[in-house]
Amino acid sequence: MSKPTAHGSIRRRLLLSLLASAAVLALVVYFVVQSVARQVAQESQDNVLAASALSILDSARFFDGEISVDLPYSALSMLDSISDERVFYAIRLENEFLTGYVELPEANGLSGSVPAFRSAVFLGEEVRVASVRRRVSTDIGQSFLQVSVAQTLSGQKQELASISRRSMAIGAGFFLVSVLLAALIAQSTIRPLDRLTASVSRRGPKDLRPVAAPVPSEMVPLVASLNSFMRRLQLSLMRSEDFIAEAAHRVRTPLAIVRTKAEIVQRNADNPETHAALREMIHAIDDSSRTAGQLLDHAMVTFRLDHLSQDKISLRRLTRDAVDHLHPISELKDIEMEAVGTDDLIIQGDQILMQNALHNLLDNALKYTPSGARIVVTLLRHDDGAEIRITDTGPGFPDGEMDHLTDRFARGANAENVVGSGLGLTIVKEVVEAHGGQMHITNNAGGGACVSLHFPSS
Amino acid sequence: MRQFALSFVLIFAAGWAAAFEIENRAQFGASGSGQVLRIISTADIGFFEPMIISFLAENPDTEIDYVVASSTEMMRAIHDEGHAFDLAISSAMDLQTKLANDGKAQRYTSAATQSLPDWAIWNDMLFAFTQEPAAIVVSKHAFGDLPLPRDRHELINLLRQHPDRFRGRVGTYDVRQSGLGYLFATQDTRASETYWRLTEVFGALEAKLYCCSSDMIEAVKTGELLIAYNVLGSYAMNREDRSDFAIILPSDFTTVMLRTAMIPYNAPSPVLSGAFVDHLLRRSHGPEAQPLSHPDLDLSRVEAALNRIRIGPGLLVFLDQLKKRAFLSEWESAILQN
Ligand SMILES: Nc1ncnc2c1ncn2[C@@H]1O[C@H](COP(=O)(O)OP(=O)(O)O)[C@@H](O)[C@H]1O
Ligand SMILES: [Mg+2]
Repeated sequence: MSKPTAHGSIRRRLLLSLLASAAVLALVVYFVVQSVARQVAQESQDNVLAASALSILDSARFFDGEISVDLPYSALSMLDSISDERVFYAIRLENEFLTGYVELPEANGLSGSVPAFRSAVFLGEEVRVASVRRRVSTDIGQSFLQVSVAQTLSGQKQELASISRRSMAIGAGFFLVSVLLAALIAQSTIRPLDRLTASVSRRGPKDLRPVAAPVPSEMVPLVASLNSFMRRLQLSLMRSEDFIAEAAHRVRTPLAIVRTKAEIVQRNADNPETHAALREMIHAIDDSSRTAGQLLDHAMVTFRLDHLSQDKISLRRLTRDAVDHLHPISELKDIEMEAVGTDDLIIQGDQILMQNALHNLLDNALKYTPSGARIVVTLLRHDDGAEIRITDTGPGFPDGEMDHLTDRFARGANAENVVGSGLGLTIVKEVVEAHGGQMHITNNAGGGACVSLHFPSS
Repeated sequence: MRQFALSFVLIFAAGWAAAFEIENRAQFGASGSGQVLRIISTADIGFFEPMIISFLAENPDTEIDYVVASSTEMMRAIHDEGHAFDLAISSAMDLQTKLANDGKAQRYTSAATQSLPDWAIWNDMLFAFTQEPAAIVVSKHAFGDLPLPRDRHELINLLRQHPDRFRGRVGTYDVRQSGLGYLFATQDTRASETYWRLTEVFGALEAKLYCCSSDMIEAVKTGELLIAYNVLGSYAMNREDRSDFAIILPSDFTTVMLRTAMIPYNAPSPVLSGAFVDHLLRRSHGPEAQPLSHPDLDLSRVEAALNRIRIGPGLLVFLDQLKKRAFLSEWESAILQN
């Protein structure tokens, strides 16, 4: 059977797409965390700047029409409390500069008492500026007192760097967790497929029952077509077995008639040539009818294998009966045949099939051993099961052919003048294996064939 | 080592086109060697010399040009006139802070700057290398049987109890003239209200006002003054006749000035500046330090009361013209009562 060509892997594809989306999400997480944190950092810096500017604004007093600003120490020192920052400020009354850094840019868009902010470059460094203003009344009327406070960004930059590191770690952690989850998901998604594969490949070669275990809905069509395929296969197998059985039966009946007629003719024939010809004819008819019988047996075995009945079989009884059954033939050939082993052993299985197998083996032994030989059926108990061993004192299996004698229609070199179809050992092997056992064929050390059937203890 | 100490007192140095006033100038080390480190400093040559000599011992082929100027002149030279120096060393922490804040300083980092305690470094621009307390200096000899005040309360009580004895014989900085005096005074007001009470008492006793610590110490020495307030303890301690004085570090709080070094933005040889800063810091901090101020002036005695002036933009507050005007007028009205 040719191995199916693999094209891609569902697990890998699933894993890759999960990982790709996890990577995208991790990136998104990284950027979102960073931008939110950036915003928060900016806002908190703005708040501190605004507080500083407002405290300066609060310190302004009017006295005798002159303004005095008592710059609070904390207004500037608080901007430097966590990290060393350069700090600038400017105080203006309307457009008249009062004190501070004259060139410090103001944040635009001041309205009411809400602080305004801007980023700028001042004295060679990036700064953040907060501006606030307050309406004051001077001797020339209403005007605005404006305070701007600015701060360099070294602390904020440090904070942002650490935030960036942290969000990187968060993103990476997120990704790692996703990788783990993706692996688990891919595993569990693929599990029903694995289960189906296992359940189908675990089956025996003849097990064509439909798959009954529940499967995910996506796999239902696949399993349904698999089941219908197997049903058709089984049907066609059954049909061909039926056909063979039918054919064998149809051949056997007329053959029996022909044989009877031939025997009558032979009995009445005086001519020795005719006599001899008729004997050969009868032999050929026997051969054919035997083959037909074997074919029938084989078809029967194949059929029963699918519906193995589970009888309690006493092996002692089985062997004794088989020996008794063939006793007339052995006597005819002057062959001694006996069953030994007193201990009874019980196995579970199909009584009829086991009988058939044993008959085939004894039949072989009777066929391929000369008169005066001896056939022994031994029943043995082992730790792991039971053994039926059939030995004879004939010439044994032909050397070098033992490997394939169990193939269908395979016959040995010693079978040339012996009636047979080559199906006997095939049937035995199939029956034994259907019962979970094993068949071994060897030759005894002192000559003679030895067939042993092992059955595991159930 | 050859060493040239050339004194030009109050000269306009040739080569500096614009005119900032220098008080003194000295050259050290191998002249004409090519490597010149230009230092502008508020510290007297004598005070700073040990540092220069130890640096030259490690860097023999270097020449050091040491220019002494007042802190305001130094501000003018660097901030307004843009003269190029490799190192600016000053006791005026507020002005140093303003220089750095206004972008007139370079950032510098090294192993030595990174191991500094937090209070000794600002923005990788200013590096503190001394801790010099503002002390009350008293003439032991002239004080006689009077008890030595341990803090400002005791000082106020003492002055109030003996007004006749102290009238005209109490001295302190004229904060209008002296940057350091102004710094000490403003920091005193931040620490406690006592300063204003003390200043009023000073005013009532017709206190004498001085431009500098050395003058005040000298006046105590001659007996002109009984008490000098907010004098640089290190100056009194570094004098040969230190045993004539009682140098009191007030136990309520002792304001500590930090002398700082800074590499100006336009330093011609910043690598050399960095080397000197490292040397300066290594000798000034840590267990093996050999600081410039006299070892007997042990600050750890008053550790709990130490009020190190914090380097940072807070110092800009008192430089604000409106703030300064308000402060000075309040100060004047307290101390000039007649
Ligand atoms: N007891 C035996 N002694 C020697 N040869 C045997 C014996 N049993 C089977 N054989 C050999 O194995 C072959 C296959 O046997 P089997 O499948 O029963 O076919 P058949 O008996 O119809 O020839 C036989 O043709 C014969 O060569
Ligand atoms: Mg056979």
